[in-house]
Amino acid sequence: MTTPGGLLLALAVIVPFVGVLAGFTLGGRNAQRVAMVTIVAGLGIAIAVAAAMQRTGGGLVYLLGGWAPPLGIALRADGPALVMMLAVAVVIVGIGVYACADFGTPAGVREARAPLVFWTLLLAIWGALNLVLVSGDLFTLYVALELLTFAAVPLVSLDGKAETLQSALRYLLYALLGSVFYLLGAVLLYGAYGTLDIALLAARIRPGPATLAAAALMTGGLLAKTALVPLHLWLPPAHAGAPAAASAVLSGLVIKGSWFLVVRLWFDVLPGVLTGPSAQLLGALGAAAILLGNVVALRQARLKLLVAYSTVAQIGYLFLMFPLAFGGAALARESALAGGMLQAISHATAKAAMFMAAGLIYKALGHDRIAGLAGVGRALPLCVLTFVLAGVALMGLPPSGAYVAKKLLLGAAAETGQWWWDAVMQAGGLLTASYVVLVLAHALVPGAAAVKPRALVSRLAEAAALALALCSLALGLAAGSAGVPDVLSGALSPAALGGALVLIVGGALVASALADRLPPLPAGGFAAFGRPVRRTTLVVAAALARTDGVLRLWPVAGLSLVALVVAFGAALMARG
Amino acid sequence: MTDAINCGLAILILALAAWTIVARDTFSAVVGFVAYGLLLALVWVQLHGVDVALTEAALGSGLTGALLLYAAARLRATEREARAERPGLPTRVAAALVAACVTVALGIAVLALPDPAPTLAPQTAASIATTGVGNPLTAVLVAFRAMDTLLEAIVVLFALIGVWSLAPDRFWGGRPGTLHHSDPDGVLAYFARVLPPIGVVVGVYIFWVGADFPGGKFQGATLLAAMWLLAVIAGLADTPPIGRTWLRAALVAGPVVFLAVGAAGVAFAGAFLGYPDGYAKPLIKVIEWALFPSLALTLALIVAGAPQRSAP
Repeated sequence: MTTPGGLLLALAVIVPFVGVLAGFTLGGRNAQRVAMVTIVAGLGIAIAVAAAMQRTGGGLVYLLGGWAPPLGIALRADGPALVMMLAVAVVIVGIGVYACADFGTPAGVREARAPLVFWTLLLAIWGALNLVLVSGDLFTLYVALELLTFAAVPLVSLDGKAETLQSALRYLLYALLGSVFYLLGAVLLYGAYGTLDIALLAARIRPGPATLAAAALMTGGLLAKTALVPLHLWLPPAHAGAPAAASAVLSGLVIKGSWFLVVRLWFDVLPGVLTGPSAQLLGALGAAAILLGNVVALRQARLKLLVAYSTVAQIGYLFLMFPLAFGGAALARESALAGGMLQAISHATAKAAMFMAAGLIYKALGHDRIAGLAGVGRALPLCVLTFVLAGVALMGLPPSGAYVAKKLLLGAAAETGQWWWDAVMQAGGLLTASYVVLVLAHALVPGAAAVKPRALVSRLAEAAALALALCSLALGLAAGSAGVPDVLSGALSPAALGGALVLIVGGALVASALADRLPPLPAGGFAAFGRPVRRTTLVVAAALARTDGVLRLWPVAGLSLVALVVAFGAALMARG
Repeated sequence: MTDAINCGLAILILALAAWTIVARDTFSAVVGFVAYGLLLALVWVQLHGVDVALTEAALGSGLTGALLLYAAARLRATEREARAERPGLPTRVAAALVAACVTVALGIAVLALPDPAPTLAPQTAASIATTGVGNPLTAVLVAFRAMDTLLEAIVVLFALIGVWSLAPDRFWGGRPGTLHHSDPDGVLAYFARVLPPIGVVVGVYIFWVGADFPGGKFQGATLLAAMWLLAVIAGLADTPPIGRTWLRAALVAGPVVFLAVGAAGVAFAGAFLGYPDGYAKPLIKVIEWALFPSLALTLALIVAGAPQRSAP
C-alpha cells in the first residue's frame, strides 16, 4: 500500500529527469540555470523524504499508477536508501557549486558542447541514482542501471581527446557486459518465481539451479559495473581522464549505484540462498582490491591517477561488510550494514572532495605530476588542506564517518570471530595513510622558485571542495547524534590518539618503502639504513603494479568476469 | 511439420551465432548477426510472441544492424591491426572453458525452471479491462509498468546526448553526418523515392494497430526512422542542425506528454502514472501519439551520429 509521503519517492526520480528535459530543450546558458533550480528542488525532496520517514517512523512505499506488485511497480525507501539519497543530494550540491567555474557557457556563444552535456547529464545521473535507491522491482532497477551508465559514460570523454574517448568506450563496453549479466539473472528469477518485485521474491526464493545461476550472474555483472578488482580495467583511465567535476560524480557517486544494488540483492532478495563461502569470496575480492589499489596508487606519477586508484581500493572496503554481515550473528548483520553504508557515504563525500582538489591543483599548475608538486602547499594552501582532510577521512581517523564505520565493522568482525577481516581493515588504513602522507610531503617541500599559478582558482570551487571534505570528517559526529551508540566514546583517549599517530608514521614508512618517487627530504642516515629494505619492497610493489597491468588487459578482464560468475556459482552451491 | 521447421530454425540460429563469433572479418560478422536477428524474429513468431518478433526484427536486427554496418565500414582501415591482437592459445582455452561452464549451468537452470511457468497472464487478463486496450502488451507497457516505458523513452534521449557529445566543439549546433550526394537517376535515389511512402504507411500502421493487436510505437518509429535515413543517404533530405529549438522540442515532446499525463494522474487518479476510470484508453492513445514521432526522430538522429558540419 502507498504510505503517506510516498509520492516524494516518485518526485525524487522524476524531478531531476524533468530538469534534463527542460535544460536540453531551452539549451545554452539555460541548461545551467535549470540545473541550479533542480538541484535546490532535489535537495528539498531528499530532506522531505527524511522528514516523512521520521514522521511515519518506518519506510515509505509508493505504488506507481496505483497498481500493486506483481503486476505493477512499487517504489520503496528504507534506512539505507534514505541515507544514500541524502548523501547523493549533498554531493550533487557540492559538485554543482564547484562546476560553475568550469562549465559556464563562454560569452558570445549561444550554446557550447561541454556545458550543455555536463549540466543535463549531472541531473540525469542524479535521477538514475535515486531510482536505483528506491526501486522495488528488479527490471526497473535494470532500467535504472542503463540510465546511470548512459548518463555517466559521456562525462568521461567531455574534453574530447582521443585517449579519453578510448577510456569512455572501454567503460561503456564493460559496463554493458555487466548489464547483460544482470538482465540474464533477472530473467531467470522471473522464470522461476513469476515476479520481479523484491519483497515478493524474498518471500518465495528457494535454493535451486535457476536461483543460484541468477544470483551468480547478477552479482558478477554488478561487480563489473562497480569495478571491484579484478574487474577494474575501465576505472583508472575513465576516472582520471574526466574533467574534475565529472570525476567527482563518477568516483563519488556513480559506482555506488551498482554497489548499492549488490547490497539490495544480498540483503533483501538472496539471504535465503547465500552461503558462507560466497560471502567470504566477496570479502576476499575486497581485500585484494584494498591491497592492489592502494599499492598501485602509491606508484602513480600523476595525482588524478593516484586518486583514481585510491577509489579502486576504497571499493574494496565497501565489500568487507558482506562476510561480516553473513558470518552468523544477526546483531553483526545490523552493524555490518550500518558500517558499510557509512563507509559508502564517507567515501562519496571525501572522494568527490579529493578529485575536486586535484582538479584545482591541475588547473593552477597546468599539470598534476606528483613529483612536480613542490611549493603547492604555499601557493594553494586551501586545496592541499582539502586533499589532506579528505585523506584523513578516508584513513578513518576520528571523528570521520569512516572512523565510525571502521568501529562498527571491527565490532562485527569480533562478534563473528573473523579476525582476518580485522587485519585487512587495519592494513588498509595504513596503506591509505601512506599515499596521503606521500602527496602531502611532495606538496609541502618548498619549491626552487615560488609557484605561480597559471590560472586563477575559483574561491567558490575551493570552498565547495573543502565543504565536502569537512562533511566527510564530521559524519562521525552526525552518526553519533543520530543514535549509533558509543561510536565516538574514547575517540580522544590517549590510546586512540596514539593509534592515529601510529597510522601516520606507519603510513610514512610504508610510503618510503613502496613509492617510486620520494620527495627530496633530508633523511640522512635513515636513508642509508633503509636502502637495502627499500630495494626488496620496491620489487614487491613493482610486481603488484605488473599484476594490475595484466588484469587490466581486455582478454584477461573479460575472462575474469566470466570466471568470477562461475566461482560465485560454485561458492553458492557449497552449503555446509 | 512444425517440429521440422523448429529444428531447422534452431540449427540455423546456432550455426549463424557460431559464424558471427568465428568470422574474422567484421563485415561478415555483422551480416551474420543481422541474419541471426531475423531468424530469431521467426522464432518469436513460432512462440506466438509477434510483438517481440516485430521488435527484434526492427530494433535488434534492423537498426542495430545498420549501426554495426556503419561502424564496420569505418573500422575497415584498422581491421588488420585489430586482427593481429588475437589473444594467445592459453587465454582462448581458458575462455572456452569458463564459457562452457556458464553455458552448462544456464542449461541446467533453464531445464529446472518450473513447468508450467509461473505467469502473470491471468492477472493481466483480469485487469486489462480497466485500461480499455486490447493488446495485453500495451496494457503492461503503458499502464501496469508505465514507469519502465517512460524511463526507456528518456534513456534514448540520454543516448542521443551521449552521441552528440562526441562532436568536435566547432561543429556543435551543426548538422549530423556528412553531406550525401548521389546520382539523382541512380538506383539509391530511386529506392529513396519509392520506398519511403510505403515504409511510412507500414510504420504508421504498425503503430496504429499497436493498442489492440501486435505492433507499437517503438517498432513503427524504427521503420519511420529507417525511411528518413534512406532519404538522407540518397541526398534527397538533410539532417537538421542540432541547435534548433524546434528540434529539441520535438525530441522531448513524447516524454514530456507522458510525464504530464502521469502527473495529472496524481490529481485525478490518486497516483503518478495512474489513469482515471473511463479515461484510460484515450490517455494511453495520447501518450502513444506523442511518443511515436519523438521516438522516430530520436532513433534516426542516434543513427545519424554526431554533428560533423557547421549549420549554414
